[in-house]
Amino acid sequence: MVVGLESWTLARPELFLAAAAMLLLIYGVVRGEVATPFVSVATSVVLLVTVVLLFAPYREGTAFASLFIVDRLTATMKAMVLVGAAVAVLMSRSYFEQAKAWRFEYPVLVALATLGMMLMISANDLMSLYVGLELQSLALYVIAAFQRDSLRSTEAGVKYFVLGSVASGMLLFGASLIYGFCGGTAFVQISRALLDGKAAEFGVVVGLVFVVAGLAFKVSAVPFHMWTPDVYEGAPTPVTALFAVAPKIAAISLMVSVLMGPFKPLFLQWQQIIVVAAVLSMALGAFAALRQQNIKRLMAYSSIGNVGYVLLGLASGSEKGIQSIVFYLAIYLVMTLGVFATILMMKRRGVMVESVSDLAGLAKSQPMMAFAMLLFMFSLAGIPPLAGFWGKLYIFIAAVEAKLYIPAVLGVLASVVASYYYLRIVKVMYFDEAADALDSTPFGVYRTVAFASAILVTLFSLAPQPLSLIAASAAKGLFP
Amino acid sequence: MSSWPILSLVTFLPLVGALFCLVVNGPKEAVDRNCRSAALLTSLATFLVSLVLWVRFDPAKASFQFEEKLDWVPALSIGYHVGVDGISLFFVLLSTLLTPICILASWESVQVRVKEYMIAFLVLETFMVGMFCALDLALFYVFFEGVLIPMFLIIGVWGGKRRVYAAFKFFLYTLLGSVLMLLAIIAIYWQVGTTDLPTAMEKLELPFTWQCWLWLAFFASFAVKVPMWPVHTWLPDAHVEAPTAGSVILAGVLLKMGGYGFLRFSIPLLPEASQYFAPLVFGLSIVAVIYTSLVALVQEDMKKLIAYSSVAHMGFVTIGAFIMNMQSVQGSIFQMLSHGIVSAALFLCVGVVYDRMHTREIAAYGGLVHRMPRYAFTFMFFTLASVGLPGLSGFVGEFLVLVGTFKANTWVAFLATTGIILGAAYALWLYRKIIFGELTKDSLKGILDMNRREIAVFLPLVLITLWMGIYPSSFLDPMAPAVDKLIGDYQAALKLARTAALAP
Repeated sequence: MVVGLESWTLARPELFLAAAAMLLLIYGVVRGEVATPFVSVATSVVLLVTVVLLFAPYREGTAFASLFIVDRLTATMKAMVLVGAAVAVLMSRSYFEQAKAWRFEYPVLVALATLGMMLMISANDLMSLYVGLELQSLALYVIAAFQRDSLRSTEAGVKYFVLGSVASGMLLFGASLIYGFCGGTAFVQISRALLDGKAAEFGVVVGLVFVVAGLAFKVSAVPFHMWTPDVYEGAPTPVTALFAVAPKIAAISLMVSVLMGPFKPLFLQWQQIIVVAAVLSMALGAFAALRQQNIKRLMAYSSIGNVGYVLLGLASGSEKGIQSIVFYLAIYLVMTLGVFATILMMKRRGVMVESVSDLAGLAKSQPMMAFAMLLFMFSLAGIPPLAGFWGKLYIFIAAVEAKLYIPAVLGVLASVVASYYYLRIVKVMYFDEAADALDSTPFGVYRTVAFASAILVTLFSLAPQPLSLIAASAAKGLFP
Repeated sequence: MSSWPILSLVTFLPLVGALFCLVVNGPKEAVDRNCRSAALLTSLATFLVSLVLWVRFDPAKASFQFEEKLDWVPALSIGYHVGVDGISLFFVLLSTLLTPICILASWESVQVRVKEYMIAFLVLETFMVGMFCALDLALFYVFFEGVLIPMFLIIGVWGGKRRVYAAFKFFLYTLLGSVLMLLAIIAIYWQVGTTDLPTAMEKLELPFTWQCWLWLAFFASFAVKVPMWPVHTWLPDAHVEAPTAGSVILAGVLLKMGGYGFLRFSIPLLPEASQYFAPLVFGLSIVAVIYTSLVALVQEDMKKLIAYSSVAHMGFVTIGAFIMNMQSVQGSIFQMLSHGIVSAALFLCVGVVYDRMHTREIAAYGGLVHRMPRYAFTFMFFTLASVGLPGLSGFVGEFLVLVGTFKANTWVAFLATTGIILGAAYALWLYRKIIFGELTKDSLKGILDMNRREIAVFLPLVLITLWMGIYPSSFLDPMAPAVDKLIGDYQAALKLARTAALAP
């Protein structure tokens, strides 16, 4: 535990990232466009160094008058967010170069968004929560529209901005209600007020509903998912890859720390909301993706479905549930990065394509790439022995232990429906004949990421134990 | 007892061959040749190792033998626990026997993507063997479901015209059943605190309503796999569209996973519910036996006919398993083994003429006996074995099941027996249409008899069918103690439940 004046050192990773982002911004402004390659590589390096700073040396406690908290859970979540963001930046270069939109602002914006995510994860007060969330969101709105010449990209940016602002507004409104009824914004104050029975419960619950709605928007849980398919499809593909992992993990972590922290006394109230959102997300993620032709759009629905499973873990409200969330998210991160690396490799005569049918005959033209994709698809579908199965198993164990039988049954049924569209991709790659083969990708970032992900998925499949130990130690953060 | 991890060796040896196929490189012809040989050699080696298993197996013991126990995911108390008893031993042998035969049978018929084909088959063998050896519920589930991946690819890539439809139907049907079983496994884990099967058998105590729910969840999975009427509809499609070797494995091994599951999980873990639901199983099985036999009578496609006959034959298996006396359970297991050999051989027989004529329509054949005497003999032999001619393997299983059933429930036995008559009708009808009559079709005039490779494929199956028919004791004796224990535990559990119910 670090206390007193020294406590600012707990925020070392964040301070380092902020300073580095500023310096890189200055460097980019001074040098102009030529600085872009350096800034982008440096950003990835900075993000990865920040991961190291999280754990070397690892310390926990609260800082800045309890606005900021560090424990095992937040550190683990931050590490995942940072890795996701770093890989997404690495995967951006050749895409943006081809789109003639390769500017140094992009990596810097990603770094700032990541900083916002880290603050969200570590938030211990409704104020710091909101500041972190907005820092993240504003940077992401710009990134979504980064390909300025593309109508779809700008449309995605505007949509994300408008709907995101509504969500932020709801969250802020809910926070003000909670402040009014609890007499404070610090998580500790809220929790104490609820435990002492001083807070008018009804008012707090109304506020909580607004806060949960705002957060559900950020994790794209049903019924606040509408923006997801459009933004995923419209945004430049590397940005979609980033959206699919980093902000999602950050928002889920935030949701966990808010609901399992100050609002733990209202468990029975928020559990109902989360269960409904979980079931609807799983179902919509499964059914709506069935007829999608665009692979990015399909991945959007897939991510909605995956969030449903994570929320089911959250709804169990137990230590097992939190473990299962960390476990699931780690596997989800690896699989998603692998899938997007593969999507980024889909080019025909130098032009990016993104329709499912473009993968036809991939097993013949590029057997290794097809095989990696096959692993990801079966893993996403949750077919054992692949890693995704362990994630789902963990979630369902937590759900059954919490006596959420009906949601668990609906969840497994949704996973059967969802397996159809994952299988469809395998079918297109393996069963269909190629009309026109895709370009083969030279060795580079995309192939490295895809192969590294495939190897990690295989490792997690055969030996899930190390990951479950990490998940167990992370969950200790909330259940000391 | 050997200290060698012999079961793991049998399970994972095929992966070595798969790995070899994966890395082999060069011109297409050389790769194809090397992959075929590598796959055949590894699967033969696996078969030989599994024979060691049989030799070393102590037939007097009812407990699990060759046990291996390692921690796998201690965080969830999931262990790598394998072992075989008299029930599972022969299923392991069946799997390791059929795989080399399948590889040999696809030697010439598979010409595209040979490498991937061989890898899929070897991986499939690992999953099948692992499933029959698994003594941990989660481990079992991993293998049970893992089978779907290679099978999906085998049907989808190397199958017939409607392969995509068939592959999806197969996968989704089976998956739907299995995920419910997953929830049942989780519920058992939650009750017992571990997924270890022997521990669960000892400790699991559930209220009756719970038992019923879990039983139904297991049933959803195994009934689809067996398959029982009315969830059998995936089978004809999958069989018809799969390549010959795929049908062989489907009929030979995958269908047995359901029957094995009933005996290994449903009955020992949930005895009261098993007794409660037994009439349901009998009803569905009888419908399967009679209805699918009638359906088989009107088929125009050879593979479809044999597929429907499989459903009917598996009906005997499920009846026998739930009658729960010594004869019926032994008969049920024997019937599975015999069906594994005989139906596999019948699909191979279809494969022989399909490779030559590229059609499976019954009407396209006739009078083959004039050109293919060796083939006519083989086909006759397995047709009779399937019908249940005394002296061949099919008879023993059906007879034991019927004897056991007659003792317990005469009506079930009576209705099931009609299936045998219908079975003789459709099997002999098929045989007559294809083999006898005048050879009038021009396309058949140049057809050649079986070559040496094909004879090598059938010879072991013929010998085993004779062996099982003439001296079934070599199979029945080793399984007797395990079956005895299964029935003893079952009766004891029921008795306990009855006394508990009578107690004030």
